[in-house]
Amino acid sequence: MSFLEVKNIDVCYGDVQVIFGLSLKIAEGEVVSIIGGNGAGKSTLLKTISGLMQPAKGEIFFQGNSIQTAPPEEIVECGVIQIPEGRRLFALMSVKDNLIVGAYNSRADQHMNSTIEEVYTLFPLLRERESQLAMTLSGGEQQMVAIGRGLMARPKLLMLDEPSLGLAPILIKDIFQTVRKIADQGTTVLLVEQDVKHSLSLSDRGYVLEHGRIAMEGPAKDLLDDPHIKTAYLGL
Amino acid sequence: MGSIYGLTALGLTIIFGVLKVINFAHGSLLMVGMYVAYWAIVFTGLHPYISLIIVVPVMYFFGFYLQDIVIKPIFKAEKDVREPITVIIVTTGVWYILDNLTLLIFGPQYRGIQDNPLRGKMIEFGEMMISVPKLWGFVAAVITAAAVYWFFQKTRMGRAIRATSLDREAASLMGINQFKVYNVAFGIGTATAGIAAVTLVPFYNIFPTVGVLFDIKGFIIVVLGGLGSIGGAILGGIIIGLIESIGPQFMTATWTEAIVYGLFLLVLFVKPSGLFGVKYDW
Repeated sequence: MSFLEVKNIDVCYGDVQVIFGLSLKIAEGEVVSIIGGNGAGKSTLLKTISGLMQPAKGEIFFQGNSIQTAPPEEIVECGVIQIPEGRRLFALMSVKDNLIVGAYNSRADQHMNSTIEEVYTLFPLLRERESQLAMTLSGGEQQMVAIGRGLMARPKLLMLDEPSLGLAPILIKDIFQTVRKIADQGTTVLLVEQDVKHSLSLSDRGYVLEHGRIAMEGPAKDLLDDPHIKTAYLGL
Repeated sequence: MGSIYGLTALGLTIIFGVLKVINFAHGSLLMVGMYVAYWAIVFTGLHPYISLIIVVPVMYFFGFYLQDIVIKPIFKAEKDVREPITVIIVTTGVWYILDNLTLLIFGPQYRGIQDNPLRGKMIEFGEMMISVPKLWGFVAAVITAAAVYWFFQKTRMGRAIRATSLDREAASLMGINQFKVYNVAFGIGTATAGIAAVTLVPFYNIFPTVGVLFDIKGFIIVVLGGLGSIGGAILGGIIIGLIESIGPQFMTATWTEAIVYGLFLLVLFVKPSGLFGVKYDW
């Protein structure tokens, strides 16, 4: 039994179908990247897993339980946490309140104080900024809050939607190192990225998504060396 | 009087801030609160202010289930729309239904509490005479605003409500049940209307369309003070109340309305986000 299993799903926005018969599997402790260009259906896939959208067809299992019809809050309760694209912080709330809201689910709520310490150890800067409004932070700091807020929910599976979006190259490196650190501490990570080189180099496996279908899959190293990936995504 | 406007506006601003819906039924909720208070006082013979212990929970659950049963289904049907206009139409429907049901059940007559311990009571304050029930209204408004503020800042549910009001989708990714938050926010908004009703009952007549008077003032105050701002609602209410009570000393009472709306327009021109509004895209 795999940790997360997506079985043959179709997802539509109204009449427009964006995902076609997609299947994937993630094992516990893995770091998996999903790469693909704009409009390939990457974010839609994550939204469907986290319950914001419902698949028209197919099934999604997490730890053996079917979750494709569950509302987002129940999926969070199971331990599947999505860090949304574009950070989506609660702009008029303080950094600390943003983190506390992250621990809203009942599983995480009991451990809130110890988790917040862990997050502050991972991002010491956030402790200094804890009473500042989230909207006053820089892009990189906001991404730290977004990741911290995701960790506050004590994820079993952490899904990151383009954490590198709109950040300077040096910050992107930091963010990816942090993601690696989180994974090394035992959290399963599903990473959706356009930054193919960085995301594949820290992942165990990868899927390439094109036009709502899985075009390729395999160990991350093999994908990095693949001639199609090199020309289509790395521009080599 | 201003503090009652403020309390009405407070409930309105809470509901608007979270649901992004203008609650046209808010005046009717105030009216329902006044009837609940009236009957509570008549049947139990309690001191008007003690009726709060009955009115507040009754109104909270009234609002909670009104949102849960009547408004939520419309929200679900329109969940992709950010400011669902159909919900506003539903609240208008609720307004008419509540007003006319009350008319049907209790009739059109004006009611006031008999043997009211507070009627016409004044205290002298230097040169001024201050009506005691209005003074208590002010106290109630300040305490309620402080309590609501504390609740939103410091409790788990309060933070969830704020998070939902800022970004619904991100909040549901944090495991917050959006509709539960809406129910609670609507309940709190209705409960504050209940508090306003209790403070109003000792010196105001109760009749089925009493809410309309407070509805329009409430909207103006909410915009004047800044959408979603708790302090803005109370202060805006006091400003409007002061203009209404001091104005007639210097001019015909009907002119005060013109001043109120003039001030409202001026604020909209100078600071469209309201006196205490944050420049933020709702």
